[in-house]
Amino acid sequence: MTPTNSRQRSAGDEAAPRIGVYVCHCGLNIAQSVNCPQVAESASTANDVVLSKDITYACSEPGQQEIKQDIIDNQLNRVVIASCSPRLHEPTFKQMVQDAGLNPYMMEMANLREQCSWVHMNDIENATRKAETLVDMAVSRVRHLDPLTEETLPLIKKTLVIGGGIAGIQAALDLADCGYDVTLVEKQPSIGGMMARLDKTFPTMDCSI
Amino acid sequence: MTDAGRHPRIKLLTLSEVVDVKGYVGNFDVKIIKKAKYVDETACTSCGDCATVCPVVRPDEFNMGLASRKAIYSPFPQAVPSSYLININECLGHNPAVCSKCVDACDKKCINFHMSDEEITEQVGSIIVATGLEPYDPTELDEYGYTRFENVLTSLEFERLVNAGGPSKGSLIRPTDRKKPKSVGFIQCVGSRSLRKGEQYCSNICCMNTIKSTLVLKEHYPDMEVKVFYIDIRAFGKGFEDLYTRSRRLGVKYIRGLPGSLEETAENTMRVAVENSATGKLEFHELDMLVLALGVKPAPSTQRLQEIMGLQLTPDGFYLEAHPKLQPVDAATRGIFYAGCAEGPKDIKESVTQASAAAVRAVRLMHKGEISSEPITSEIIAEKCKACGKCAEVCPYNAISVDVKNKKPAEVNSAACAGCGTCAAECHFDAIIMNHYTDQQILGQVDAMLTTEPETKILVFACNWCSYAGADYAGVSRLQYPANAHLVRVMCSGRVDEKFIWEGFRGGAPVVLVSGCHIGDCHYIDANHWTEKRVAKLHKKMVRLGIRPERLQLEWISAAEGIRFADKMKDMEALRKSVSAEEIADTIELLTKL
Ligand code: SF4
Ligand code: SF4
Ligand code: SF4
Ligand code: SF4
Repeated sequence: MTPTNSRQRSAGDEAAPRIGVYVCHCGLNIAQSVNCPQVAESASTANDVVLSKDITYACSEPGQQEIKQDIIDNQLNRVVIASCSPRLHEPTFKQMVQDAGLNPYMMEMANLREQCSWVHMNDIENATRKAETLVDMAVSRVRHLDPLTEETLPLIKKTLVIGGGIAGIQAALDLADCGYDVTLVEKQPSIGGMMARLDKTFPTMDCSI
Repeated sequence: MTDAGRHPRIKLLTLSEVVDVKGYVGNFDVKIIKKAKYVDETACTSCGDCATVCPVVRPDEFNMGLASRKAIYSPFPQAVPSSYLININECLGHNPAVCSKCVDACDKKCINFHMSDEEITEQVGSIIVATGLEPYDPTELDEYGYTRFENVLTSLEFERLVNAGGPSKGSLIRPTDRKKPKSVGFIQCVGSRSLRKGEQYCSNICCMNTIKSTLVLKEHYPDMEVKVFYIDIRAFGKGFEDLYTRSRRLGVKYIRGLPGSLEETAENTMRVAVENSATGKLEFHELDMLVLALGVKPAPSTQRLQEIMGLQLTPDGFYLEAHPKLQPVDAATRGIFYAGCAEGPKDIKESVTQASAAAVRAVRLMHKGEISSEPITSEIIAEKCKACGKCAEVCPYNAISVDVKNKKPAEVNSAACAGCGTCAAECHFDAIIMNHYTDQQILGQVDAMLTTEPETKILVFACNWCSYAGADYAGVSRLQYPANAHLVRVMCSGRVDEKFIWEGFRGGAPVVLVSGCHIGDCHYIDANHWTEKRVAKLHKKMVRLGIRPERLQLEWISAAEGIRFADKMKDMEALRKSVSAEEIADTIELLTKL
């Protein structure tokens, strides 16, 4: 199989952008140094933004419910979540917009926590200004996003375990007992690692082998 | 251990090393070198006849050199596999066969000097890295006199001496006179928690290991005097405090303070000078034997494997997990997981727990038999492509093929494309679309950032895996830096197209930073080499155009370098202040005319 390169673009999503913006407080994590209502207010004036609000905990169950409902009620087709790092919650919110009927790639996050509120703690004015800019940037990006579809690839049901100490042995056995083939590679002539050298081990004080 | 050796689904490759890993989640191609053992593993019955006749005597590594073995040997009695092997550098017999006594002694004819190293390739869907630890070598700590004084042992040597299967059959003896010591002292934190020598972190296991050793001693020799010198005792695990209390109740003395120096008396007894920080007094203790509680370091192979697989390390040299709380056993690279001390010092229980967790994460990934791949891949616009071949040249994954001779446009194999975006940045004809990180999407962010008061702002391009993660780490650590740094996230610094930089300067940005993984740590093999080249090229162009090249900075920041990130932001702010309004205006004018 040689997948070619024109698969991802599902054609026909040329509808005019209708963007929803959510500025998360994260309790006080963000709200203590960023004026979240003000950020939401400022984003509401941007082109294509249909709806912009602040929200206490975007990732919480009620938070997600509210956003999903908004997507449906307002026919939003793009969403900006201004909250924590995408490295944390991008999968959460991708799933959320997908549940509400959008393509998961039509969501963008603005990092207002790790890269704003937490690093400019005593500077509400500048942190808020930066948050506004970060949201502007995300709105601009989300406007240009294209829906993409994931591709399914075959996978080899086999694991390589590097290192035959206690951890490697345990992982190999667990996998093998679940029915997966395992190749266990050990540099030394025997498996066992450090543990094999120990006499008794805490807390049970029994033999290690 | 024997279960692992016998399991029909486990293929055991010992005396073997992984030398190369290619491919991606679900489909890794692994190259392994299996070193020759010169004994047929499957035929050897471990009778040991060969070793009886072998004339070469060598220190036995398993017993920390406290016992000896032959040049043909089985690693240790319960070894898996238990078959014998020859250390060919020690053997006298091969080529020309001058000795070969073992060959004659072996009934099963399993010894063969003509064996050679074997190269094995494996295809796997996931990888678990469990490379373990290396004990700290205390020789450099001269004050403890390890190797100078024979009765100063490491904790591992001590382990072998009290082990029933060890060289002294489990009875503790002093190396100098082979007599039972009347008193034993333990020194904690050797190679750990030190700013001077060794490592700064707590090695986590040595406190409990020492407590265990004191209990073993008190069980066998109730009258033995046992003392422990420590900074503080860390007995935080389940049931650990109990063991500590039991040890003290049995009469083990815990002395708060690490020895400053020691000397040997005429009877080979160690005289220890220590400032007891509980009493504030300088004390002297005479002990027949001293045991150094060694700290642990990452296994020596850690860095080599990190480079082969494009993984990340913490400053301590252990593997860095994708997220310290939510993905503690995942590597940032999909399909790779960590187990045991490879990720940080830990005890057996924790290693086993983590190993099971890693196994389940691998099962979770594999059980469907297929995986969905992120559609963040590149796409060629055939009409624009001039078939110059540049993209194929830069792609770290060989995912692009171009028929330069016949001018047939480039084609991307999207299963092989990892999505770094280097090709899109390097194509001079704008013939490549990088999905989810298109020119339009990124330029849009740059423009939005610079709409108001651009002169007050710092534009930063950060790669997802290292620098963006490093910025997050600065956040988690609450490191404060100027509030005008704005990050544009790209998957790889290789994606940062020249035109993004010019767009920034044309939009009025005083300074621009491109940041990515350290050279050698790139998540996309070596795509950041192209970043480096491109920035060098840009610097030259800036000089030619009369723009101060310092205004464009390149910095490698790893995911663990929060401090470096915050410091760099402060530097950038200082740099920004040095750029005058006229300078910015000149640049804008210059670039708009181009
Ligand atoms: S989405 Fe992120 S920032 Fe918002 S509440 Fe959840 S964790 Fe906090
Ligand atoms: S576990 Fe104890 S001995 Fe080991 S480094 Fe930590 S404090 Fe020191
Ligand atoms: S670099 Fe651009 S023009 Fe050259 S072969 Fe690749 S896609 Fe075609
Ligand atoms: S250079 Fe990067 S984005 Fe382009 S084809 Fe290769 S892996 Fe994919």
